[in-house]
Amino acid sequence: MSQFLQVMLSGLATGSIYALVAIGFTLIWQSAKTVNFAQGEFVMLPAFFVLVCTKVLALPLWLALIVALAVTVVVLGVLFKKLVVEPILPSGGIPLTIATMALAIFLKESVKEFYGAEAQPFPPLFPSQTLNVFGAVISLQDICNLVVALAIVVVLTLFLNRTRTGRCMQAAAQNPAVAEILGINVRRMVLYAFLINGALAALASFLITPVYLAKFSNGEVLGLIAFIAAIVGGFNQIRGALAGGLLIGVLDNLTATYVTAEYRAALPLVLLIVVILVRPQGLLGTSEGRAV
Amino acid sequence: MTRLNKRPALLLFLLVLAILAPLGHGNYIIYVLTSWLIFSIAAMGLNLTLGYAGQISLAQASFMAIGAYTTAIMTLAGWHWLIAAPVGMVLCFLVGLVLGYPALRVKGHFLAFVTLAFNTLVFLVLRNEDWLTGGSYGLSSMPRPDFYLFKTLKQLPFYYFTLAVTVVAALVLWGIVRSPWGRAFKALRENPVRAESLGVDTRRITLLAFAIGSAYAGLAGALVSPLVQYIDPGSFGLSQSLRILLMVVVGGSGFFFGPFVGAAVVILLPEMLRFTAGYYLIIYSALVIVMLAYVPNGLIGIGTRLRERFWPQHRARGDLAKGAQLK
Repeated sequence: MSQFLQVMLSGLATGSIYALVAIGFTLIWQSAKTVNFAQGEFVMLPAFFVLVCTKVLALPLWLALIVALAVTVVVLGVLFKKLVVEPILPSGGIPLTIATMALAIFLKESVKEFYGAEAQPFPPLFPSQTLNVFGAVISLQDICNLVVALAIVVVLTLFLNRTRTGRCMQAAAQNPAVAEILGINVRRMVLYAFLINGALAALASFLITPVYLAKFSNGEVLGLIAFIAAIVGGFNQIRGALAGGLLIGVLDNLTATYVTAEYRAALPLVLLIVVILVRPQGLLGTSEGRAV
Repeated sequence: MTRLNKRPALLLFLLVLAILAPLGHGNYIIYVLTSWLIFSIAAMGLNLTLGYAGQISLAQASFMAIGAYTTAIMTLAGWHWLIAAPVGMVLCFLVGLVLGYPALRVKGHFLAFVTLAFNTLVFLVLRNEDWLTGGSYGLSSMPRPDFYLFKTLKQLPFYYFTLAVTVVAALVLWGIVRSPWGRAFKALRENPVRAESLGVDTRRITLLAFAIGSAYAGLAGALVSPLVQYIDPGSFGLSQSLRILLMVVVGGSGFFFGPFVGAAVVILLPEMLRFTAGYYLIIYSALVIVMLAYVPNGLIGIGTRLRERFWPQHRARGDLAKGAQLK
C-alpha cells in the first residue's frame, strides 16, 4: 500500500509537468493550427539557458531562472512565430509540421555542438528531503513540483476564462473570422498563445530537469509524451491536456512498478492506439472540436 | 510531344551514369553510392505515403529495421536473400496495415503520432528480445546474396546488385503511380473531398499507400543488412526516420525522382562537406526550414519553377493546375 502511494504521487508529480507541456502544445494547435513537433525540444532548451546564465555569466540561480524564462519567451515564442510559423503556414499544414521537425533537429544539434553532449546536472529548485507519510517515503521535491505545476494550470485557466484578454484569445482560436469582425486583434491573440507556450515550456523545463538532468536529447521522450497526453485528454481543451498528462504520468509509473520495466516506454503507443480505437475525440474532448 | 521523346533518353542517360559512377573509385565511395541507392528506395516508399497520399510517417527507419532484422535472421539461418527479403517486405506491409488501420480511422496527423510512438516500440523489441535480435549488440556477419554466376561479396558487384533492385523497385512504383489505382492516391492528395465524392475510398487508399511505402522501407532494410553486415537497434532510431522524411521533402515530395535527389543531398553531400563536421546537421536543418518557406516543393520544385521561367512551355488550361488548390 505504501509503495502504491509512493508510485501514485511521483506519477502525479511528473504527470503534472507533462501536462504543462501538453497544454502549450494544445494552445498552439488551437490558435495557429500548428502541430509543433519541436515541443519536446522547447522543454529541453530553457534548462540550457539557465546553465549558461549560472555557469558562464555566473548569475545567481533565481536571476538565471528569470533571465532564462524571458529569453525562452522571446526565442521560442516570438522568434518561432515570426521566423518559422508565419512564413510557412501559407504553404499548408504538412510543410509546417515538417518544418517543426527540422527545427527539433536544429535545436538538438545546436545544444549538442555548442554546449555539450553529456548530461549536465541541474540545480534543484526545491529541497530534496523525503517525508514519511503512513509509511510511504515521499519526496518533498515531488510534492513541490505537483503543487507548482497545478498552480500554473489554475492561474492559466483563470486567465483564459476570467480576463478580457483570455476570453478574446479563446474567441480568436474558435472562430478567427468572427472574432476579427467583433474587433479582436486576432494576430495579437495568436502571438499571446505562442508567448504562453514559451513560458509553459520554460517552467516545465525548470521543474523537470533536476529530475532528468539536462541533456540535448531530452526532448524526444518529453515531446512524444506531451503529444500523447494532449491527444489522450482531448485535443481541444486545457483540462483534457491536464488529465492526459496526469494519466500518463501515473500509468507510466504503475507500468514500470507492477507490469514491465523493460517495455514501459511502449506505454504511450498502447495508450494512443486504445484511445484512437475507443474514443478518438479524447477522454474529455468534444467530438466537434476534432473536426480538423 | 517533344518532352515525351526526351524523357526516355534522359532516363537512359541517368542509368548509364549510375552504372559508370562507381568505376575507378575506392571501396568507400562505392559504399556511399550503394547507401545512396538504398536510402532512395526507403525515401521512394515514404514519398508514396507523404507525397502522394499526404500522410506523415515517422517510422520509416523502424520499418527498415524490420526488413533488415528479418533478412539478417533468415540469411544467417541459411535462407537465400531472394526469399528473406520478400518475407521482410511482407512483414512490413502487414505491420503497416495493423499500425495504419487505427491511425487512419481519424483525420489529422494521427499517423504521425502513432508512427512516432512506434519507433520506441521497435527499438525496445530489438533491444530486449536478445534471443532473436542479439539485444543491444545486434547481429553481425550476414552473408551477401550469391547468385552462382554473380557473387556480390565484393563492393562493386554489390553496388550493381543494389542498382538492379532499385531500378526494379522504381519501375514497380512507376507502375503503381500510373495505374488508375495510383491516380487515386494523387486525387486524394490534391483534393480529398472531391476524391471521396468521385467514389475513391480515401481511407483504404491511404492505408494501402502507407503499407506499400512501409514495404519499400523493408526492402531498403533488406539491402542494408548485407551491405553493412552489422546491424544494431541504435542505427534505426527516430533520427534516422526524420532523416528519410527530410530526404523526401528536400528532394520534392510528390515528384517521382524527388527521393533520389533528396537521398543524394542527405547521403552524398555530407561526404563532400566533411569540413563542416558537427555543424552539418545544424546548417542542413536550418536550410530545410528556409526551403519550406520559399519552395515547399523541394529541389525538383525549384527545377520545374526555373524551367517554367526560362523555357516557358505551351500551356493548355493553366487554371487546371491551380484548380486542385481551390477550396
